[in-house]
Amino acid sequence: MSSRTLQFTAHFILWLGVLVMVVPIWIAFASSTHENVDIITEGMKWGLGDKFFDNYNEVLNRKGGFSQEITATSMFINSFIMAFGIATVKVIISAMSAYAIVYFRFRLATPIFWLIFITLLVPLEVRILPSYQIVSDLNLTNSYTGLVLPLVASATATFFFRQFYKSVPDELLEAAKLDGANSWKFFIDFLLPLSKTMIAAMFIFMFVYGYSQYLWPLIMTTDEKYWTVVMGMKIIFQESYEGGNLPRVAERFSYIILSMIPPVLVVIFLQRWFIKGLIQTEK
Amino acid sequence: MSYLELENVTKIYPNGTKAVNETSLSINEGELMVFVGPSGCGKSTLLRMIAGLEDITGGEIKLDNRVINKVDPSERDVAMVFQNYALYPHMNVYKNLAYGLKNKGESKEEIEKKVNQVAELLEIKEFLLRKPGQLSGGQRQRVAMGRAIVRNPKAFLFDEPLSNLDAKLRGQVRIEIKKLQKQMDVTSVFVTHDQVEAMTLGDRLAVINEGVIEQVGSPIEVYEKPATYFVAEFIGTPQMNFINGKIHSNKFISDGFEFSINKDVKDQEVIFGIRPENLKVSANGSIKIKVDLIEKLGADSIIYGYDKSNNYLCYRENGNTKIKANEEISLEIDDENYHLFDQETKKRLN
Repeated sequence: MSSRTLQFTAHFILWLGVLVMVVPIWIAFASSTHENVDIITEGMKWGLGDKFFDNYNEVLNRKGGFSQEITATSMFINSFIMAFGIATVKVIISAMSAYAIVYFRFRLATPIFWLIFITLLVPLEVRILPSYQIVSDLNLTNSYTGLVLPLVASATATFFFRQFYKSVPDELLEAAKLDGANSWKFFIDFLLPLSKTMIAAMFIFMFVYGYSQYLWPLIMTTDEKYWTVVMGMKIIFQESYEGGNLPRVAERFSYIILSMIPPVLVVIFLQRWFIKGLIQTEK
Repeated sequence: MSYLELENVTKIYPNGTKAVNETSLSINEGELMVFVGPSGCGKSTLLRMIAGLEDITGGEIKLDNRVINKVDPSERDVAMVFQNYALYPHMNVYKNLAYGLKNKGESKEEIEKKVNQVAELLEIKEFLLRKPGQLSGGQRQRVAMGRAIVRNPKAFLFDEPLSNLDAKLRGQVRIEIKKLQKQMDVTSVFVTHDQVEAMTLGDRLAVINEGVIEQVGSPIEVYEKPATYFVAEFIGTPQMNFINGKIHSNKFISDGFEFSINKDVKDQEVIFGIRPENLKVSANGSIKIKVDLIEKLGADSIIYGYDKSNNYLCYRENGNTKIKANEEISLEIDDENYHLFDQETKKRLN
């Protein structure tokens, strides 16, 4: 194959990939700017309509839910708190537990690490009943603590941090020791700054993970005040089916588009460090 | 006056390996002591015990009359230059130098003054705001030195700091280190496996083998009067020639030749050692070799060959030699400069 055809084929495949990714989002966005009745009668839209402001305003500010008390805006805030809380605490706990495993010599350090690692096999969905039991015994249902806490331990992140710390040369620790750094200072002054790209990457993954939680908030929250975006997607416009009204398809699309924005923002904001971490190591 | 003192220092690793065995040594104030030995001989372990990076299994280490066995590394008043420099990659040069002082709780002005002084001394002022990743090998080396100097320690410890530099730079930096050490007059320990470094840098050398100090002495002493077979073998390039034989009524007798020794040594099995430059060509020399290989180095030529009993011997001649391969030559031994070692104990006899 000549290099020209090769290039053409490569670009063709790339464009195909881009289309597969972008077209559904575009259709959702385009549809979200039309009236409900148009979508129901004419199907999904490729072009933009003129209902952008009406629909998005309706979604963000109209109260919905069973008791008509919650708006999408407050669900976004809840989701953000949950995802941000999960990602932050996860990164902190993982970094610290990996630090303990790699740098401190205590008995059973390796078995403990593998025990942590094995928890990868037990995702939240599998242990949802005991988790719920515990959280409910602690009276944490319907609270942000209850939303965040059961999800903050991460074997994946602990594993990645462990691998990273292991690659930090021993001399660095020794030089730091001679310079009077204690174990706390070594963590704060050395490991954290050295792993900041790693932290950014982990934060992105964990934020998206926390943001897309569905089952846990669904079970955890009975108070609409604590509803999150992803679970609300199913519920918020449900009443519209029941009153004999038209399904509110356009608004749902608006809601979906809006729900994608926070993770995208996090990625855009942190990708600078993320990509840096992939292409260069500061060691 | 003894300043840094090791008394019966021993290191046994948890797996039972004895890295350092009852080593005693005293280093004077302002002296540069070189630990030299093959890899795995325990020289680095010894240095790291002085630094406080390894626990001491037995014995005592004293610095300026203070036992420092249990003292925290940062409180020992020693500074170390690591093999790969161990600069802090995420901090710029200024912060690298300042970090230790900051941890000591010194004021900002004080730190700035000291760092600037050291930066001037080492001519790294223009790099102060760069990160280690943007520096060349030689510059990094200086920053590592600077980090040690800025703390104004009682002892400098160097752990093979030149091994990451290319040959040319190594020579330069070696001279710089030597000058700097003299200028600052700080007691220093320098670990290396490179005998050229050891010979040129050290006020004294400690030749270490298998966790034991074989000999301590000035470079010339060590070269001219090696105390053991190991030292004789380790120091000097090309290596000393060794011939097995025995002493009989003050005469060394081997299969190939005989040689009268001018000292009383009792009759026993010995190893006879002679450095390549202490041989000379002579028509009626007692050692006859058949030349196998000639290395011409410009300043001198190294000639290798087999003697009658198949010992591979080496002879050094100044300048560009006229000797050719496969030629037979007779070599004579310089009367003074030969070495006799006991075959059993490997200790020097003469």
